[in-house]
Amino acid sequence: MLACHDLQIEFNRVPVVRGISLDFPARKITAIIGPSGCGKSTLLRAFNRMHDLTPGARVTGTVTLDGRDIYGKAEDAVLVRRRIGMVFQKPNPFPTMSIFDNVIAGLRLVGVRNRGTLREAAESALMDAALWDEVKDRLKSNPMSLSGGQQQRLCIARALAVDPKVLLMDEPCSALDPIATAKIEELLFRLRERLSVVIVTHNMQQAARVSDYTAFLWMGQLIETGLTEKMFTNPKERTTEDYITGRFG
Amino acid sequence: MVRHFDSELQDLRDGLMAMAGQVEEMIELSQAALREGSAAKAEQVKALDRLVDEQELKLDQACIDLLALQAPIATDLRLIASSLKIIPEIERIGDHCCNIARRVPFAHPPVLAGDAMEHLAGETRGMVRQAVDAFVNGNAGLAREVIANDDRVDTLYVQIYKDLLRAMLADPLCIERASNLIIIIKNWERIADQATNIAEEVLFILEGVNVKHSYLQEKPPDPGPGA
Repeated sequence: MLACHDLQIEFNRVPVVRGISLDFPARKITAIIGPSGCGKSTLLRAFNRMHDLTPGARVTGTVTLDGRDIYGKAEDAVLVRRRIGMVFQKPNPFPTMSIFDNVIAGLRLVGVRNRGTLREAAESALMDAALWDEVKDRLKSNPMSLSGGQQQRLCIARALAVDPKVLLMDEPCSALDPIATAKIEELLFRLRERLSVVIVTHNMQQAARVSDYTAFLWMGQLIETGLTEKMFTNPKERTTEDYITGRFG
Repeated sequence: MVRHFDSELQDLRDGLMAMAGQVEEMIELSQAALREGSAAKAEQVKALDRLVDEQELKLDQACIDLLALQAPIATDLRLIASSLKIIPEIERIGDHCCNIARRVPFAHPPVLAGDAMEHLAGETRGMVRQAVDAFVNGNAGLAREVIANDDRVDTLYVQIYKDLLRAMLADPLCIERASNLIIIIKNWERIADQATNIAEEVLFILEGVNVKHSYLQEKPPDPGPGA
């Protein structure tokens, strides 16, 4: 299980995430919602150490995966990112690589060289990402020839190829049309059977549709978290109510 | 921030209040028609029922449109979902008033039921008024009062029913009139049930709790440690 405790993130001493403690249950989808600038993407990025290279960034508190502190001295950020994958708002396939090479890029990075293993992993990841049938005959093609939705599923396949425990998704559907969005959402339900998903979204209906748990952030703080059906029918906090019903934000 | 959606929700609330106002008028008219034996008032009840039916169709459609177009959540969702249940309750109250109005020529004067009949009608009318006020003013306490009052109306109904039964046994000539009065008191009692249902929906809107069928929601007693 992914968890953070008293997590604080500052940029040049300006706090953006202020003492958040949150558990992300295994094999469940947790949505993080909140207005722009509330710190949700910053929080998500801390879960696979993306602030390590940001000048002026300071992360305190703990982030653990199955009890191990991912910021521990012995932890290698590359290996952390293998266990905690990430998919971004805009599909970002590597444009100079083929579809096949995109999927196995992560495995190559950690030293896997066996062609058979790589082939198997690519096929499996593409199937898991519900993309195999659409690309199996053009694995050597450039990924930029794919539609936006296909590119996003390719990025998901790339993240899945290294067999992560957690998949972080930062507004993965905001650049997609409703059909491509529906495919990604269906995919999430299948992925939930084997890993945890943490999804940041501005789309309240998407959060309501796909997630088991929802966490609402406001001004860098966790205001409320709980079962999604409860949050969207009868939230405890007035601020949550006002945000999800569009009265502010 | 004032949303366009808020004004649409207010239109829905206003529509419900108008519809409820019409059935409150129907209740008063049917009570007066029975007391006075007024055919004119009984006809007014039937005329108002048509307006209530029209309003039901209009508000049903408004709710469906809001669900489809606004994808409401939280209190907005609860308001619309419960409105879809409150609307037919109000419409049924109108139907019960029509049933009462139709029986006026056969039941007037309601002397067999005595003052208890007026009492029953008054209690029922009060419950409808309170349920509507609870909705309009967001008053959970008032909604709970309505739910509690239903037992009183049920007791009154049973008491009048028994009195009418005794009257029929004592004097077979009054059987027709008493039978019509039994149907009328059943309609008053059903109106009180409808007011109770509205009050339950008001609590769901205000607090997000479903208080219906409370016996199903009672937790089994804690067996205690070691059990």
